[in-house]
Amino acid sequence: MSVVPISYYLVLSAILFGLGAVAVVFKRNIITIFMGIELMLNAVNLAFVAFARAHGQLDGLVFVFFVIVVAAAEAAVGLAIVIMLTKNRQSLNVERDSLLKF
Amino acid sequence: MPILDHLWIIIALPLVGSAINGLLGKNWPKSVINTIAIGSVSLSFLAVLELIREFAQLPADQIPWVKDYFTWITAGSFRVDFSLQIDQLTIVMLLVVTFVSSLVHIYSTGYMAHEGGYYRFFAYLNLFVFFMLTLVMGANLLVMFVGWEGVGLCSYLLIGFWFLKQSAIAAGKKAFITTRLGDLAFTVGILLAFWTFGSLNFGDMFKSVSQMQADTMAHAGTITTIAILLFIGAIGKSAQLPLYVWLPDAMEGPTPVSALIHAATMVTAGVYMVARMNPVFSRAPIAMLVVAIVGALTAFYAATIGLLQTDIKKVLAYSTVSQLGYMFLGCGVGAYAAGVFHLMTHAFFKGLLFLAAGSVIHAMGGEQDMRNMGGLRKQIPITYWTMLIATLAIAGIPGFAGFFSKDEILDAAGSGPHKNLVLWLLGLIGAGLTSFYMFRLIFLTFFGEERFDHHKVHVHESPSNMTVPLMVLAFLSIFGGWVAAPHLVGGTDHFEAFLHPVFAAYAPENAGVEQNASLAGSAGASGEVASSPALELLHAILGPPVIVAVIGLALAWWFYIRKPEVPEKLERSMPGVYNLIYNKYWVDEIYNALFVAPLLFISRYVLWHLVDEGIIDGIVNGSASTARGMGGKLRELQSGNARSYATWVVLGAVGFAVLLLALVGASR
Repeated sequence: MSVVPISYYLVLSAILFGLGAVAVVFKRNIITIFMGIELMLNAVNLAFVAFARAHGQLDGLVFVFFVIVVAAAEAAVGLAIVIMLTKNRQSLNVERDSLLKF
Repeated sequence: MPILDHLWIIIALPLVGSAINGLLGKNWPKSVINTIAIGSVSLSFLAVLELIREFAQLPADQIPWVKDYFTWITAGSFRVDFSLQIDQLTIVMLLVVTFVSSLVHIYSTGYMAHEGGYYRFFAYLNLFVFFMLTLVMGANLLVMFVGWEGVGLCSYLLIGFWFLKQSAIAAGKKAFITTRLGDLAFTVGILLAFWTFGSLNFGDMFKSVSQMQADTMAHAGTITTIAILLFIGAIGKSAQLPLYVWLPDAMEGPTPVSALIHAATMVTAGVYMVARMNPVFSRAPIAMLVVAIVGALTAFYAATIGLLQTDIKKVLAYSTVSQLGYMFLGCGVGAYAAGVFHLMTHAFFKGLLFLAAGSVIHAMGGEQDMRNMGGLRKQIPITYWTMLIATLAIAGIPGFAGFFSKDEILDAAGSGPHKNLVLWLLGLIGAGLTSFYMFRLIFLTFFGEERFDHHKVHVHESPSNMTVPLMVLAFLSIFGGWVAAPHLVGGTDHFEAFLHPVFAAYAPENAGVEQNASLAGSAGASGEVASSPALELLHAILGPPVIVAVIGLALAWWFYIRKPEVPEKLERSMPGVYNLIYNKYWVDEIYNALFVAPLLFISRYVLWHLVDEGIIDGIVNGSASTARGMGGKLRELQSGNARSYATWVVLGAVGFAVLLLALVGASR
């Protein structure tokens, strides 16, 4: 059984990360931006797992667990903020929430 | 408790009084303030009396009696102690200062009774006494200088006492700034004295200067410079030419202040200083001549201005300048004792003149212009009689205090060891002018018809707390000079004999002989064959000073009583001279144009508008506006738009990654 080269994983990871970043930068819907962020986090997870397998070490896997925990916490806090924003403004458009400035 | 061991009590009492009244007395009743103010000064006076009793028993080798209290400054070989000293000259000054101060304090309780800031007035007055006593008791030049500057400060505070009055504020500033010019020279003189003598203690300095006599020529220039620098300080403080301009303006202050500070005590500080430094001055003949010339010129010059003044206090102010000139003339011709003697009698009669003038002003409800007075002698008899006595004293009528002292000065100028006939003549004419303008004041104020509206002015004699000091001073204006009376008939001048140790201890050898000779009693008619006492008395009483004084009196009587139209005729016949003198030789205007205006111009346009506003403010404002401009640009980055932040983050991350790759690629 032939081994899939690591570069395949890395390229997939980079594509996923790029898609996530593009979603964060260009989309206006806050839920979509959230999904973009999740996409970026999981792209990084993929890269970690690929390196861990390629080098036969556990460090990358440990990091993945941390990232998953952080992502869960981020989703909990972030979605709470989203709910509050939506309640107050009846909109998911981030363009309108630009009060935090000078 | 022997007061000689506790000299500090004398100066501490007024200071404590000042501190209590000034810090706490704002809402106290006047009786409490009076008790503290008068109490502290009169206790000080009593302490001086006790001091004199003890001083009389002191053996001669313990005089001057010096007390060191603490080391004030040490730096390398420079060491100054806070120390006080007592000798005969100090005794005289202490008596005059504490006694006249006490009287003026009592008088002020009447004069200032209806004024605001009552506690403030007495706090300043007490503070003044403290500084004046420090000045006369200081045992070195620096302690003396503390008092010297302190009395200047009190003078400033009291001239500007009515601080809502623009002219009073201006006069206070003028006095302070003008005397500061003299003080600058005084400070340099102190430094030079330390550099030359190695100490600022009077005793050490005088010992040092008397040992320098061996090589006189090497040090003559330095000693002359020191003497002249110190004398410039005295010119400022004692209102001599050309720095006298502040004293007439100082009359803006309350009248008791004019009496105490600007007539009796503070302005005589310069005379005291010259007398105190007599070993230095005696070894600087050029400086002595300068002192005598400035004194004689001032005596004459100020007397001419006094002739035409119409403000009763201004007449007295110019008279004070003139009399101070006599004191310096006396010191300048080597008759220090005569100068100090005139200082003392002047304190009595000029203090009295001012207090009486204050009483007149009080009676007239604030009117100071003599043209609006007249005929007051019936309504305010006590003021009239006391003021008349003081006028007779200042004019030098025989029997009154001023006669003895002024006669001694003119005598020394005319026939003493340093005689100078030109200066003598100036002083003599000045004496005639003095007599004229003083009797003019009396005649305009108390004689003739009443030139004021009876319905508006309610003329009334002053309360007893004002008239009693007048009477006490009147008594002294008559008898204060009699200590020197035996001198007239060839006997001892007790005043000069008392002060003799001070002026003889370090006198140059040649002058010492002359001083002893004059003590023997021949100075009254030196150069003439000694004759019987009666003849000498006649000679003294009918001497030139008395003759000119009587002429002055007669002229004043002729001008202002007999033929009141004469002054106007004279005024019309020579308008040039009249205007020149009436406008005080335009000295204020000249000083304004020469010094004040250029200084103001430089301050306003160069220092203020150019340097301060242009350069200094420019730098500060420029850096502020640069920071603000940059901040304005940078704050636009913070738009509040989450997506734009995200874009920056991504761009940053990409940029960082590119950089990292480039660096990794470069290191391969």
